[in-house]
Amino acid sequence: MMGFIWFWIVAVMIAAYVVFDGFDLGAGILYLFLGRSEEDRATLIQSIGPVWDGNEVWLLAGGGTLFFAFPQLYASSFSGFYLPLIIVLWLLIMRGLGIELRGHIQNDLWRTLFGGLFTISSILLAVFYGAALANVIRGVPLDAQHSFFLPLWTNWQVGPHPGILDWYTVIGGLVALVALAMHGGLWVALKTTGGLSERASRAAGIAWGLVCAMTLISLIATIAVQPLSLQNYRTWPVLDVIPAAVVVSLAAIEILRRQKKVLASFLASCAYLTFMLVGAAAGLYPILLPSSTSAETDLTVANSLAGPYSLHVGLIWWGIGMALAVGYFVTSYWLFRGKAEGHYHI
Amino acid sequence: MNALVLDRLQFAFTVTFHYLFPQLTMGLALLIVILKGIALRTKNDRYDQAARFWAKLFAVNFVLGVVTGIPMEFQFGTNWADFSKLTGGVIGQPLAMEGVFSFFLESTFLGLFLFGEKRLSKLAHLGSATMVFLGSWISGFFIIVTDAWMQHPVAYQLLPNGTYQMNSFWGLMLNPWAWRQYAHTMCGAVVTAAFVMAATGAYYLLDRRDEEAGKLFVKVGVIAGLLSCLLQVFPTGDLQGKYVAHTQPAAMAGMEGLFHSEKGAPIVLMGQPDVEHQTIDNPIAANKVLSFLIYGTTNAEVQGLDSFPQKDWPTTLPLLYYSYHIMAGLGTYFVALMVLAAFLLWRGKLYQSRWVLWLLMLSFPLPYIANTAGWMTAEIGRQPWLVYGLLRTSQGFSPQVPAGNGLFTLLGFLGMYGLLAILWIVIVYRLVAAGPSAPSAHKHPEAITA
Repeated sequence: MMGFIWFWIVAVMIAAYVVFDGFDLGAGILYLFLGRSEEDRATLIQSIGPVWDGNEVWLLAGGGTLFFAFPQLYASSFSGFYLPLIIVLWLLIMRGLGIELRGHIQNDLWRTLFGGLFTISSILLAVFYGAALANVIRGVPLDAQHSFFLPLWTNWQVGPHPGILDWYTVIGGLVALVALAMHGGLWVALKTTGGLSERASRAAGIAWGLVCAMTLISLIATIAVQPLSLQNYRTWPVLDVIPAAVVVSLAAIEILRRQKKVLASFLASCAYLTFMLVGAAAGLYPILLPSSTSAETDLTVANSLAGPYSLHVGLIWWGIGMALAVGYFVTSYWLFRGKAEGHYHI
Repeated sequence: MNALVLDRLQFAFTVTFHYLFPQLTMGLALLIVILKGIALRTKNDRYDQAARFWAKLFAVNFVLGVVTGIPMEFQFGTNWADFSKLTGGVIGQPLAMEGVFSFFLESTFLGLFLFGEKRLSKLAHLGSATMVFLGSWISGFFIIVTDAWMQHPVAYQLLPNGTYQMNSFWGLMLNPWAWRQYAHTMCGAVVTAAFVMAATGAYYLLDRRDEEAGKLFVKVGVIAGLLSCLLQVFPTGDLQGKYVAHTQPAAMAGMEGLFHSEKGAPIVLMGQPDVEHQTIDNPIAANKVLSFLIYGTTNAEVQGLDSFPQKDWPTTLPLLYYSYHIMAGLGTYFVALMVLAAFLLWRGKLYQSRWVLWLLMLSFPLPYIANTAGWMTAEIGRQPWLVYGLLRTSQGFSPQVPAGNGLFTLLGFLGMYGLLAILWIVIVYRLVAAGPSAPSAHKHPEAITA
């Protein structure tokens, strides 16, 4: 029971990270395409300025909670994905600097440099996150001690000893890239006015077409690469509402966008991302990280879980902490509601 | 170089570099709250202007603290996988709580504080500054609880599978080591912020520009500096030192360079440890002072390194000895300088005493060195243990990560943080050069729409 609860707590925190930080990553992906003038680029950055750092906290809080609830999973996966994780850290550093330092010096070269850092790191992060999730679905060569180590790539084939990047995980990366571009486009459309808002909405529409195609491709590829992911869906047919919700929310994004209901369209995009992740998690449970070599070395909820006492105590403080965090988020988004043009930096 | 050495170097380097930023922002958060509080009470606009100037410097340091802080949380898993696996049932608790209780608070209210001055009432803006201060100090607390467990493990049980699990939440949070270390560390953060503020003010006064603001910075910096420097020595430093002597006597012997157990042990003020011959070269020592400082009586016996098997001696002994002596020596200098400056301030002569202003201006790097040396004392003193008495450092790293990968990422961090350091210097220099009355460098929406 504790395992089930903490599995979903971690899954929800990761989903919250993707939904929240996803839109500012998406704004970064589209930064160069949308920002035709300095005004546009500054406004785009302002639209995420007061909130991006808080959004990124979901990654830290989610990672910390994963460490707390599943220390074995944290130890195995973070060391096994050593190189890509460190590269993600470097990209997060570059991105944070890009956003925060870009406006510090009123000089075109400076702003071009930091804007460029912001957009490149946003694109690469989206691809890495998607590939990371695909790695978790595909599985890694866990040994008897539940450790593994993967190089960045080998022969790009899926097999018992793949690289972090193979054809399947590259598809995962591309799904994330187009989905977050769409998500960020809708956010920018929502928070800005005039030509910038219109271009952002059009970009989201183009991305939406790609998202539909990539969602379908990734679904077929996932069933081919990891047939086990269907098992839970066969055992509990009620879970089929999740893929149905994915389809409905995906359709709603574009319908609402065309009706100029940008906020509703953005919320549909939040729902789409959430259901995609929930669907993947529901397919995995109770496995946390499947083994590509032998099912006996799978990392599961049961063999990775922390002690029952810690987890009981954890439920209490986690509940309190999350209630506070939700309160902060509501305050912040309410205060910075409306268009981004009014945000004033000290 | 083997993987263990590389993992140690990478963690040491990244955490040392990281802590350059939080030590300033944690202290500065408190000083900004004080400035804004005075502004609200006295309705004196100069304090609001000062708070705005320091908020700009805070923001830059905060973002560097955030981006260099994320790698710290990841590296437990990437480079110290066996440690995480074995002790995650204990230290996962405070690390997760830091994320949940501190980072959300800090980031949300920093957004409100930096972007909300025109949207919030003055009181609500002071409130968001206070929340940023609280968030950063809560963050510090959970990190100290984690480190304190490694220094002085409490409230745990060893399971048959070899992992450690927490068995008392309050036992972990109320670890006596943690509260001593927390008081000493946070006080050190205020010392850094106070010195930086006083140095900036001294620079403006010496340069004969922005003198109103310069006087204000010197005044607030010197008062905060005096209080924090005194508290840093007594009671926080005293309590911490005594606790180290009781719980980690080998570390204390290494810090003091005490090779042989002695009654009425002297304190070595200066000198170079010679580990091979187990002596101190060129010692300048004060007789019986060490015994007195630890036990309150001049004749007590202090355990030297010869009381412990050599395999339990702190590794890199000379570095431990120097770290401790640099910390303690600088701490003494800080008290002397701040007492002098505070006396002149009280007599109304400080702003004209250019040589004291010179000292204040040039001293701003020293608290960074002292805080760093203090952390090195604690963490090198803990060696050869990763968790004192339970787990050796050599048992905690990630054996599955090849050394070549470790070297690659260490070099990457060195390069990247080198660039960060240059950026930090450029931006802080520009902010200080622009001065407290300069408008925001960020392009404002009013300017865009106009």
